[in-house]
Amino acid sequence: MITKYIVSRLDGMGLMFLAVMAVVAVFVPLSNLLLPPTSAFHVPTYLMALIGKYLCYAILAVSLDLVWGYCGILSLGHGAFFALGGYAMGMYLMRQIGTRGVYANPILPDFMVFLNWKELPWFWYGFDMFPFALLMVFLAPGLLAFVFGWLAFRSRVTGVYLSIITQALTYALLLAFFRNDMGFGGNNGLTDFKDILGFNVQAQGTRATLFFLTALSLILAYLLSRWMVTTSFGKIIVAIRDAESRTRFLGFRVEHFKLLVFTVSAAMAGLAGALYVPQVGIINPSEFSPANSIEAVIWVAVGGRGTLVGAAVGAILVNFLKTVFTSGFLAPYWLFLLGAIFVIVTLAVPKGIIGTLNGYYERWRGEDGEARWHRKSADDTTAATSNETGAGAKIHG
Amino acid sequence: MVDEKLHVTQALLYLDGVSVSFDGYRAIRGLSIYIEPGEMRAIIGPNGAGKTTMMDIITGKTRPDEGEVLFDAGKYDLTKLDETAIAELGIGRKFQKPTVFESHTVADNILLALKGPRTAAASLFGWRNNVEREKIDEVLTTTGLLDHRDRPAGVISHGQKQWLEIGMLLAQDPAIMLVDEPVAGMTDAETEQTAALLKDINKSHSVIVVEHDMAFVRALDCKVTCLHEGSVLSEGSIDKVAGDERVIEVYLGR
Repeated sequence: MITKYIVSRLDGMGLMFLAVMAVVAVFVPLSNLLLPPTSAFHVPTYLMALIGKYLCYAILAVSLDLVWGYCGILSLGHGAFFALGGYAMGMYLMRQIGTRGVYANPILPDFMVFLNWKELPWFWYGFDMFPFALLMVFLAPGLLAFVFGWLAFRSRVTGVYLSIITQALTYALLLAFFRNDMGFGGNNGLTDFKDILGFNVQAQGTRATLFFLTALSLILAYLLSRWMVTTSFGKIIVAIRDAESRTRFLGFRVEHFKLLVFTVSAAMAGLAGALYVPQVGIINPSEFSPANSIEAVIWVAVGGRGTLVGAAVGAILVNFLKTVFTSGFLAPYWLFLLGAIFVIVTLAVPKGIIGTLNGYYERWRGEDGEARWHRKSADDTTAATSNETGAGAKIHG
Repeated sequence: MVDEKLHVTQALLYLDGVSVSFDGYRAIRGLSIYIEPGEMRAIIGPNGAGKTTMMDIITGKTRPDEGEVLFDAGKYDLTKLDETAIAELGIGRKFQKPTVFESHTVADNILLALKGPRTAAASLFGWRNNVEREKIDEVLTTTGLLDHRDRPAGVISHGQKQWLEIGMLLAQDPAIMLVDEPVAGMTDAETEQTAALLKDINKSHSVIVVEHDMAFVRALDCKVTCLHEGSVLSEGSIDKVAGDERVIEVYLGR
């Protein structure tokens, strides 16, 4: 029954994506753990970590597509929500280190001892407990998005102005987190993690589990987003994207819809950051850098905005290219290539990869309303023509 | 507050002494118009007479500098409400330039306009997901768009977009409809059909029509108000207004 409900809300592309993700989620960790390194199907740990990182970016991209592709809110600061979720997880991991740190302080993380702090700042309370940290993973970015969105949407800040202030938001946080006296480890950020829920973060089993959870989160993030955009709520946010003031005159509280979708999206980005941190082993202020947020926008544009699957595909593809290009002699040219990809996609395939494929697919199946209408009116014309011999006088009369 | 205003007017829509300026330009100057429940009213006037600004004031897009704008026998002060709240009270608007949701299908445009709860929660969990198809098709039949129900609203013709917007108003089922230039860009046949459609709608709704096309206004056969430089120049039957020398003067120039 539930399965039927879920399937009814998916399109062909969505089902294909979920099928591939389900296989990846199960196959990659199992092959890493169970198959011998000599096997052709063995996924080495470094590769699993790399794919895991891509999947975190894919979750971020899906969250961005939800606000940009469907509601027209071009956030150039989504990296901030990702980083906040990452910091919430990082703070938990720091407190798990305990006496194993360089200074062996049972309460204070190393950087605080180094700065000669005597006690834990109030905002670090509770992060020794995983459920609290998990709550904060969603709450910290969600709350920031809620307050920011409440102010911005109520004042009807839209379009490029909104994009600029989201960019300013992440830049302000970047500067703030760089400061040592903010209490988040300053320039170095949070690192040297030991364990998560009692399991060693470096252990192969833990890594495989984290990978599985990341893939599962991507599936869930996709399903949640897909559900939101296929209900009437989705139709309303698209209406807001296309004609905001018209939607208002129909009696919809535009700012409530925007606020809800923005907050959900920010919490989703926070989850992506939280999964990212234990897999890469560090979180530092550079995650707030405006360039990161802009790169995320490029992933979504490349994959196809307003498709969700495209966002995930774009994130994985562009980051795969980034890995290939930045690890060889081509490294100095990566940013040129990224810029070129963006320009080419914008000019040649403005709907993005998946958006364009969807278009071909629908035309091939003749499934879009437009094709059906044209076919129908063609049939009508044929019918009228064949009648013409008999009723010609009537038609022309 | 409610009782105090009650003696002021029984009118459905009551504008009294309304003025508004944009950067020193007085678009509306002491405008007073009263619309009775069930009435159809045509508003005419040359360009810059303040017709669209008047619509903006009624629907909350523009706040007047002075004057009263009351709705439903003086029960609501529209100058204190925003667009959403005013729409919820039952004031629907069709724009001069047809504004439909172009990437949605024709049927979905009607679905979004349909009367019913408009909260985010309702749209996620309830009612709006399971509206009966008949309700939408009924509106589409009235507006002659049934054959186009699954086409994106962006690809239908200009005249069809005008009708779609009227259909959206019908779906919204407001107490009063403000219809801004419904026949702009329509053929004569389409104009005739639109006049018939509006007269039909007027059987169950109050309607204000802003229009330039005098033949159309004549076909509506209702009370006419002519605006000029932001206030009422002449009011009455079409023959009285069209015969008014001042009206002829502003239309033909001095």
